[in-house]
Amino acid sequence: MPKPRVAFYWCASCGGCEETVVDLAEDILGVVEKVDIALWPVALDFKYKDVAALPDQSLLATLLNGAIRTSEQEEMAVLLRRKSRYLIAYGACAHLGGIPALANQFSREQVLRFNYEDAPSVVNESRTRPQVHCEDQGRTPHLPEFRHVVRALDQVVDVDFYIPGCPPTPNLTRAAFDALLSGKLPPKGSVLAPDIALCDECPRKASKPTNVAFTEFKRPHQGLWDAGQCFLAQGVVCLGPATRSGCGAACPRGNMPCTGCFGPTSRVRDQGAKMLSSLCANLAARDEEGIQRALAGIPDPVGTFYRYGLAKCLLRRKVSLPTNGD
Amino acid sequence: MNTASASVPRDWSPRIVAFFCNWCTYTAADLAGVSRLKYAPNVRIIRLMCSGRVDPQFVLDALSRGADGVLIGGCHPGDCHYVEGNYKMLRRYQLLKRMLADLGIEEPRVRLEWISAAEGEKVQRVINEMTEQIKALGPLALPQKFAEWDREVIALARELRARDAAAGPCPDRAAPAQPVEALHA
Amino acid sequence: MNRPNDIRIGFYVCHCGHNIAAMVDCPAVAQYVGTLPGVVLSRDYKYMCSDPGQELIRQDIREFGLNRVVVASCSPLLHEQTFRSAVEAAGLNPFYFHMVNIREHNSWVHTDRIRATEKARALARAAIERVVHHKPLEIVKVPIHPDVLVVGGGIAGIHAALTLANAGKKVYLVEREPSIGGHMAKFDKTFPTLDCAACILTPKMSEVGSHPNITLWSYSEVVKVDGFVGNYTVQVKRKARYIHEDLCTGCQDCIAHCVYKEPKFEDLFNEGLGKRKPVYIPFPQATPQVVLIDPEVCLNFKRNKNPDGTPIVSDKCKKTCVEACGEKRAIDFTQKDEIREIKVGTILVCTGFKTFDARRVPAYGYGIYPNVYTALEVERLVNASGPTGGEVLLREGKNPDGTPRKPRSIGIIHCVGSRDKKTNLWCSRVCCMYSMKLAHLLKEHTGAEIYNFYIDIRTPGKGYEEFYNKLLEEGTHFIRGRVGEVTDWAMTPEEEGKLVIRVEDTLAGVVRRIPVDMVVLATGLEPQADAPEVRRLFNMSCGGDGWFLERHPKLAPVNTFTDGVFLAGCCQGPKDIPDTVAQAGAAAAEALALIDRGYVEQEPNTAYILEQECSGCKSCLPLCPYTAILFDEGRQKAYINEALCKGCGTCVGSCPSGSIVQKLFEDQEIFSEIAGVLAGEPAPAEPS
Repeated sequence: MPKPRVAFYWCASCGGCEETVVDLAEDILGVVEKVDIALWPVALDFKYKDVAALPDQSLLATLLNGAIRTSEQEEMAVLLRRKSRYLIAYGACAHLGGIPALANQFSREQVLRFNYEDAPSVVNESRTRPQVHCEDQGRTPHLPEFRHVVRALDQVVDVDFYIPGCPPTPNLTRAAFDALLSGKLPPKGSVLAPDIALCDECPRKASKPTNVAFTEFKRPHQGLWDAGQCFLAQGVVCLGPATRSGCGAACPRGNMPCTGCFGPTSRVRDQGAKMLSSLCANLAARDEEGIQRALAGIPDPVGTFYRYGLAKCLLRRKVSLPTNGD
Repeated sequence: MNTASASVPRDWSPRIVAFFCNWCTYTAADLAGVSRLKYAPNVRIIRLMCSGRVDPQFVLDALSRGADGVLIGGCHPGDCHYVEGNYKMLRRYQLLKRMLADLGIEEPRVRLEWISAAEGEKVQRVINEMTEQIKALGPLALPQKFAEWDREVIALARELRARDAAAGPCPDRAAPAQPVEALHA
Repeated sequence: MNRPNDIRIGFYVCHCGHNIAAMVDCPAVAQYVGTLPGVVLSRDYKYMCSDPGQELIRQDIREFGLNRVVVASCSPLLHEQTFRSAVEAAGLNPFYFHMVNIREHNSWVHTDRIRATEKARALARAAIERVVHHKPLEIVKVPIHPDVLVVGGGIAGIHAALTLANAGKKVYLVEREPSIGGHMAKFDKTFPTLDCAACILTPKMSEVGSHPNITLWSYSEVVKVDGFVGNYTVQVKRKARYIHEDLCTGCQDCIAHCVYKEPKFEDLFNEGLGKRKPVYIPFPQATPQVVLIDPEVCLNFKRNKNPDGTPIVSDKCKKTCVEACGEKRAIDFTQKDEIREIKVGTILVCTGFKTFDARRVPAYGYGIYPNVYTALEVERLVNASGPTGGEVLLREGKNPDGTPRKPRSIGIIHCVGSRDKKTNLWCSRVCCMYSMKLAHLLKEHTGAEIYNFYIDIRTPGKGYEEFYNKLLEEGTHFIRGRVGEVTDWAMTPEEEGKLVIRVEDTLAGVVRRIPVDMVVLATGLEPQADAPEVRRLFNMSCGGDGWFLERHPKLAPVNTFTDGVFLAGCCQGPKDIPDTVAQAGAAAAEALALIDRGYVEQEPNTAYILEQECSGCKSCLPLCPYTAILFDEGRQKAYINEALCKGCGTCVGSCPSGSIVQKLFEDQEIFSEIAGVLAGEPAPAEPS
């Protein structure tokens, strides 16, 4: 009986998720023993036409990482969806939009202008921008279209499962493979990580007092933090209470607060709104001025509460940005 | 961006979702009724026990489902039936307002008001005022915006389907996964 | 989204006669709702709250196997209970019911039938979406502590306390002043029967003082109220009167033997018209019959005070009072304010009113011209036990023999501080009647010519109009018009030495100047100065005018928005003695009804924490004002003591992982409601 085939694919991502697959270390051999890798652009040379030629649903699963920003990424997502029994959004970008989705605060024109004209490191006197089509020595090369909106994978195609994290941990990845190969899968749409917030597994949990009342907020670079004490008790915004666990509290263990990459629990529709709600309710001040003074420590609420999840925020994007033309 | 543009349908009128606390503002709205005060029919009131129950998710959810504005009503500071639930809402509102501004929602669209059980007249005034302000801003129309944003995705999906169809039937094709359009319904 | 199966909803839209049907197309709403998923039947009906309306629901539940019911009618604050009971009577859990408010929030406030109907559809749809997620809930029964606190010992508090005590309930009656009796104790006669106020009040006061079921704490104030219906914990400050109440017999020997031979200090009970000593009893019939010492003026206290405001004993006085008290040893200069804590199940607030400060209308000359009086001062003047022994003598002006003069003409100005945009908008309801009563009494005492200056005479009470007619027959003058000013500037010799009342006689259409010896200002009634603090103390609401707000002006006139706290008397709004007593009886009956049932049913909208899902982040713990959220150190999770939870839902809205659920207000239920109100096309525009 032939081994099941899987694919790894990447879209708008940094490569960290691929790194996790490599971080499986020797376990990768166990995986390769049980499956054939049908596509893995970062490591193996396959072409688009090889995938297109596969029968539909002939892949057991595709683990797709990265957000979706270009027409090519969309096309690959649609193709891999068709070829796979299970399409798995792998990592925060595919799951929630991730860091790339922070670009949803800016218009396409703003992004292009900065990156091709205004960025301090750019020299581009002719102000050339990438074009979808251009004429070059009698040929017409094509480039993918740069979309107006950054999307999570499930905003483009139907997704079966999500493996969260920036990046996902080797443990979760291994567990996902085990589940896939044994067929013991949770209901469609599940996030393959515990459905309880991070504090549950945070070593600092016990140090949090029961009467936290915030008078100010500090950002991680603004102090030296007690490595044993709850960040929130030290006035540092930590998204642990609003974020799914499963990473083993890697950031708090490294003396950094949680920034929310695992996304919300299944009971929450909007991670940022919930974290905002909790933090603010626990402020000490009762008057508007005092409240605003304390909240001045959160200068960028969107970047703080939706660092990985702006695409999946209920508003998805800065709503006043244009989508017609630029 | 001023959304009050030529594209506003002629027959448009704002839809405002209101979250009123049971003890003060909801009762004030009852009083407005008993007093036969007339106000704009644009507000849909949802009763909660306390303004402290208003989860910012409710605000975002209402906007994303087509509300042009959200009004939150609670007891005056010091008067909360539950001691200080209204302060908790006030604190959330302060940051939510700033965050919504960063996300392109104009300030008048989300409003927090303290309205006591005796202030039926204030219900009338606030609702009329807010309706007028939002009329001036024009529709927020997020569901339509989402559809507009996703037009590029759907267009490509259709193009790919057409290409596949032209390439002939694929023998192994099983029932397709949920079509792209369904994700954007 | 995870929609329960086998949902069978019955929907009913009420016409409420024309109240709803005139502005909302009820059949159209019913027809629309009938098309929604899960709706098995959808009806419109003339009066849903009527017996046949309720029977319709019960019958449908049985016949069509409904498992959810939605009624669109009036405010749930009015009839939610009615329909829940109806649903329950048919064997369905009452919390499978949801109510839509299309009257107070819709038909009564809108003017465009198309848009009102559209709104009704949206609200109904929200309820349909919501009710799908409803769960069967159990009502929690909380026992009621049978003791009652009555705050305020005026006629309202006295009557209520006696009613309750006679029913066998233990009552704490807390009065701020040294004696109970309130304003009524100051009155001479009561309208319209002219029976002596003291004669009808004093027996009730003594009964209070001696009733085995009443603990009377005069000279005391409620300082803190905790808890909820059935279980209030109240702290009462018993102010130091420097007398042991249980040792004082009321013999008043101390007063007789005070080093001050003559009364020297302002007697507030007599509106400052008389004098009293540092040790005094407010008035002869005071209850309790216990004297008190005023440390502000008593020689045995220093004139400066401790930093906390408490008086310092100087021990400089000869203390002839102590000597006179002798073996009784009732006097104790070292007495301190004391805080007592009591547990009660219900509270009656009967804190009364204050009279309008006539100085706020300077044109009427009160405080400028000595012979301008307030009505309450005149009550004391005509009272046989008042400062003048019932003789009406002017403050200014003497007879040739040097004795104080009696007025020969008196003007009574109505509506001072009432029905006036500059002061108070409301009609104080009692001034017309008491002005006519005073007119009668003054005429009786002095034989003077009496002029009433009125805007309208309002006599809507039993025997009131008859009293008015009697006054007219007695020859009292009635001049219709709001008085412009009271002045001592004489324009004619007859006006010399008199107060001139300038008024436009609106019936004759002329401006008149009426010279009189005495002016009586019929001051209106106002909320007590500390009403805002008292309101907070008992978690009540005030109307815009400052009177305590009843739960419903018609159907719950003695209830407040806080269960177990009731109102009676003028703290709720101006009213006369008969209405006050009736209201006090009603409040007592409401309290009795609660106590005798023995328990209250608590709305099961409390919150609970999903144990598996709670991460133990502790964010919710400081949010609960009732400390109902506790932390289990062993399991490292939070949990809610539902007996303490009041169901505000603040922790639910704040839980960062969505692991707290509020029953009846679950996230899913509210999200469905949001989706429901916004389903369908945006509202049509109003016709231009």
